[in-house]
Amino acid sequence: MQYELTTPLTKEALAPLRAGDTVLLSGTVYTARDAAHARMNEALDRGEPLPFDLRGAAIYYVGPTPERPGCAIGAAGPTTSGRMDKFTPRLLDLGLACMIGKGKRDAAVKEAVVRCGAVYLAAIGGAGALMAGSVKSCEIIAWPDLGCEAVRRLTVEKMPLTVLLDPHGGDLYESGPAAYLAAQG
Amino acid sequence: MSDSVIRELDAASITNTVEELCIRANTELPADVHAALDSACAAEPWPLAKETLGLLQQNLCVAKEKDLPICQDTGMACVFVELGQDVHINGDLTAAVNEGVRRGYEKAYLRKSITGDPLRRVNTGDNTPAFLTVHLVPGNGCRITVAPKGAGSENMSRLAMLKPADGVQGVKDFVMETVRLAGANPCPPIVLGVGIGGSFDHCAALAKRALLRPLDEPNPDPYYAALERELLDAINATGFGPQGFGGQTTCLGVSIEWEPTHVACLPVAVNMSCHVTRRASADI
Repeated sequence: MQYELTTPLTKEALAPLRAGDTVLLSGTVYTARDAAHARMNEALDRGEPLPFDLRGAAIYYVGPTPERPGCAIGAAGPTTSGRMDKFTPRLLDLGLACMIGKGKRDAAVKEAVVRCGAVYLAAIGGAGALMAGSVKSCEIIAWPDLGCEAVRRLTVEKMPLTVLLDPHGGDLYESGPAAYLAAQG
Repeated sequence: MSDSVIRELDAASITNTVEELCIRANTELPADVHAALDSACAAEPWPLAKETLGLLQQNLCVAKEKDLPICQDTGMACVFVELGQDVHINGDLTAAVNEGVRRGYEKAYLRKSITGDPLRRVNTGDNTPAFLTVHLVPGNGCRITVAPKGAGSENMSRLAMLKPADGVQGVKDFVMETVRLAGANPCPPIVLGVGIGGSFDHCAALAKRALLRPLDEPNPDPYYAALERELLDAINATGFGPQGFGGQTTCLGVSIEWEPTHVACLPVAVNMSCHVTRRASADI
């Protein structure tokens, strides 16, 4: 199945999604990767506000290349999500609805995805030029000193994504290869 | 006996070459990797996998049309210099290479991904230093290869000091375990550089060097060529498929480099790479 979704994302909108479905995502997506996650975690420890409202939000694990003049963004494919696992359940419990990245997550993240009715979506790893096409605007909103790791607010239009973890415990990294192997007999 | 004469080489020409190679490597996939992706896509029987491989092909076209890097992780600048022993460089080789990286990454809007200190982690801001390997060779030539290496795959690399009694089966098991642990993290379809033998440090360098060999050139030793083929088939039988979504195409190529080792040693290293295995070379 293919779904068209627009942010902010509600649990109701995410509930029909199943691992292996495709999503065209439009609206606002925030970028945050290693260093930004560490800083968000520290901010929460100190009781300070985060650079954006987590409720219903989508985070894209990406560090884009610098944009050329006249372009919204440079190449912008996903980075490996597992490095953010340590910080993720806390963000999901605070309302984060959607993560976009690549690669497997740990058991605590998988449990939190189900508990919070969230989703984890795949962008095509290594397809940075292609992914840039769905980004219409890009603005740094926090921690510019982090360079490519700064938090950016992206406006995306029909960003092509695939459901990896769904709110019902489905995991494409398990079901996808299993289905292929079963079909080979 | 070499009859080559001492040749003077300006460091500036090294800088210019490295600059150009950094840009070319990040925007244009080597012909052999592109061809391997095309034939994998043509042969892929699983619909979702074929569609995913098609997106990877499309990405290469978009990068070319829009003058964008193929992948946003424009990598550590791994620079290999095959330097003729009869070359005299006027200037500082390391500084010249770093200056080339600095200029290339700035000029082509490539990402600056280097942290100056592994623990205190402040970005150097210009993607230097380069990761420079120099091999002295006979003659007075100078060949430079820039192979930008992304972290998604680099982080999935592993090395083991096996026991000699583990033998070739131990090597195969370690390679397959490494592939399984990596899963979708290194952006399959992957490319593997495998080092076997040498010392601890040489073994890792062999694995890295293996990634410089074109995918359509098997190891010249038929024994190792057969092992490359066997590992490639075994990896593609896992069913992980492109991006780990399932399918036939998990790996585009396995290259093995080996060296003599100690009677008590059997080191094996796997340097993981991805469908964006980049390298560009030039002779000065």
